[in-house]
Amino acid sequence: MLTSEQIADRLERILLTVQKPGRYVGGELNQVEKDWDKVETRVALAFPDIYDIGLSNLGLAIFYENLNKRWDVLAERAYAPWSDMEEAMRSTGIPLYSLESKHALSDFDILAFTLPYESIYTNVLNMLDLSGVPIFTKDRNTKHPLVIAGGHAAFNPEPMYAFIDAFAIGEGEELFDEIVDVYQAWKRSGQNRPALLQQLAMISGIYVPSLYETTYRDDGTIDSFTPLQPDVPLTIQKRIVGHLPPPPTKPIVPLINTVQNRVAVEIMRGCARGCRFCHAGMVNRPVRERPVAEVLEAITASLDNSGFEEVALLSLSSSDYTHILDLIQQVSDRFKGENLRISLPSLRIESLSIDLLEMLRENRSGGFTLAPEAATEHMRNIINKPIQTQQLLDVAGEIYSRGWTTIKLYFMIGHPSETLEDVKAIAEVCKKVLAEGQKALGRKSKLHVGVNTFVPKPHTPFQWVSCDTVEQMRTKQHYLKNALKIPGIKLNWSDPYETIFESLLSRGDRRTANAIFDAWQHGARFDAWREYFNYQTWQTAFTENGLMPEFYTNRERGLDEHLPWEHIRIGVHKSFLADEYQRSQSGILRSYCREHCHACGILSDYRDLRRENPGDAWKCPEVRSSVPEQSVEIQIKAIK
Amino acid sequence: MIRIRITYAKMGWLKYTSNLDVQKLWERALRRARLPLAYSQGYHPKPRMNLAAPLPLGFTSSAELIDIWFTEEISTSEIQKRLIGMFPPGIRIQKTVQVDLSEASLQSLVAAGEYNIQLLIDLSIEELESKVATVLRSASLIRTRRGKEYDLRPLIEDLQIINDKLLAIRLTMRPKATGRPEELLNALQIDPNEACIERTAIFLAVSS
Repeated sequence: MLTSEQIADRLERILLTVQKPGRYVGGELNQVEKDWDKVETRVALAFPDIYDIGLSNLGLAIFYENLNKRWDVLAERAYAPWSDMEEAMRSTGIPLYSLESKHALSDFDILAFTLPYESIYTNVLNMLDLSGVPIFTKDRNTKHPLVIAGGHAAFNPEPMYAFIDAFAIGEGEELFDEIVDVYQAWKRSGQNRPALLQQLAMISGIYVPSLYETTYRDDGTIDSFTPLQPDVPLTIQKRIVGHLPPPPTKPIVPLINTVQNRVAVEIMRGCARGCRFCHAGMVNRPVRERPVAEVLEAITASLDNSGFEEVALLSLSSSDYTHILDLIQQVSDRFKGENLRISLPSLRIESLSIDLLEMLRENRSGGFTLAPEAATEHMRNIINKPIQTQQLLDVAGEIYSRGWTTIKLYFMIGHPSETLEDVKAIAEVCKKVLAEGQKALGRKSKLHVGVNTFVPKPHTPFQWVSCDTVEQMRTKQHYLKNALKIPGIKLNWSDPYETIFESLLSRGDRRTANAIFDAWQHGARFDAWREYFNYQTWQTAFTENGLMPEFYTNRERGLDEHLPWEHIRIGVHKSFLADEYQRSQSGILRSYCREHCHACGILSDYRDLRRENPGDAWKCPEVRSSVPEQSVEIQIKAIK
Repeated sequence: MIRIRITYAKMGWLKYTSNLDVQKLWERALRRARLPLAYSQGYHPKPRMNLAAPLPLGFTSSAELIDIWFTEEISTSEIQKRLIGMFPPGIRIQKTVQVDLSEASLQSLVAAGEYNIQLLIDLSIEELESKVATVLRSASLIRTRRGKEYDLRPLIEDLQIINDKLLAIRLTMRPKATGRPEELLNALQIDPNEACIERTAIFLAVSS
């Protein structure tokens, strides 16, 4: 393999031939450079999409800062090269390298991929290939880096089981350190690679797929999932931190324009709203908030360290953060006159107050985004997002009247219980929202409507349901396109084949891995990019491996079916999900669980952690045991 | 309001950062240093700063010029001190001077640029001399850029061979009369990809 000097030298000869060469050189402010030879363990943090998108990834930023704080570890970064750079690298023999020291990725001890969504799986394969690391875990030996992965998509690790040595399930703040510790102990002991994998499997939250075997029934469903060795755990419980550690404060400041150039501070983790389609809402429980003072301190330090002109306060539902008004007020006061933009993505219609709108008004930029998702009570009850049309119209009116000229609304079509009436209602609601804008601003008001298509996700109450066929999606989209041909309204929709593709991989099993490999071999990569995505490649890859795409997409599963991700435990119990699924079929809502605990399973699975973090560190309400209530009832009956 | 002119070097990997992005680097460094950067009025305030002349992607420079406006009086030495450690590696401040607010814009003052061209290919000194002589002997060197023809020859103010690996040149740089080092290399029949180019000076016309 080439040395880092040789790589740097060859880079100089190709960089001016590719677009945006600044993606490939590192050297940014707050990049950490350590002496390669003076650390015990070298970790490459790899993001399987281009630099422009990956740089702002908060997960990687956390690991980068945490790992580099250790004296015995260095962490460097790598991103997927765009096709022009890939071609230039392959033709000049440059392997995939880290931006900091320009070492080939194959020289690292640990290669860690983040998997935020399924459509970057082929990029992982491509990056392994460009690194000269065998693509299949079975082909790697002690000389190769340990390949690990985590992130949201890893909650169903099975489609990638053949390529990843070990998956980290859940939150990595503590877990990553434990992986490094085990790796170091193993390396010092001089044992073989199987020993490493076995020791990793003993860490809570680590899943080593090669230590398990899946068998299938004739109908294609899973018959059994069993450990191949007696001492590995039967199930893998996701890891969480009981208390959110202080956020990172040394953001890397890119030398080129990227997608998000800003300080991002996570104010809250998890969401208690319980929308039934929402993967993030299910897998990130429980809700934990950071104290205002800690957020403020992190913003101040990050701005001092970066000079960024924007700060984003991130969470799944920022207006649900208990002290949101106080926080925004304090941030605005502290940075008054410094031309700082404050952005607050993911605002909930129910918790969006007039006071909050007033505060955001000062630094409004572009549009205001809301996600009502459904337009009829029928659908709202099914997905458990009960936002009344009048409520939406009131909020929209308040937004337009405060000078925002554009509102962006996100809707979802494609749930199997959806009727054309539900779709028609979307168009009606959109017209009413625009009318609110016209009342306030006249013809200046605009409405952007994003209509996404529902993809059933693992670990959600909809993990059993079928997704729409391409024809069904087309019919619904066609209706909306016609109904919303209105001046002032702009409509966006998702390509049905992209939805089918996402649906294929998100509920895939181990057999899907072969299809992913074949698709990559036939040129699939950057599947999240419209200019690259080719459904034909995927369909061929599935059918050539004897797999029916419809088996994964358009099939309703029975509640008793063994699902491919069943051994991954997110704390929310399957029985709760099943109950939610049945409630959705009867159109029964489930209330906001901050007000009343519905016993999803989190508090019983993480009982000890909750005990160590009492009070309002978690936003789970105190649970009153139901047994005494019952006995009171019985007594009353007895008296009667 | 004061106006400050800073001479700085742009070296190393920063040569792959465009002029627009360099302005961002400046804005962020000044914000980090908590210097009283002036912003334009309006809905989207922009920092008031001006680069003298765009530096092509891939060139390094030891003498870039930028004008920056500050809302408060602040000494040049204080500015220089506060900017220490605020940039990514590759930017180095060389000189800071105050200029008159009424002076014409930097871009309009630029008159010429000086460059060192490091050759990566092996040429004998004789070959190099003959190439240079041919160019200097020509009465005109018609080149086409973005579909328009122009004469490069009068834009070559100086062209010297330092050794078989290094040329020192000076090209006119005025509106509609900008000599480009890579075009000169083409005229010398040397592939610009086989050379490292560094700007070593920007000459300003004496302002009235």
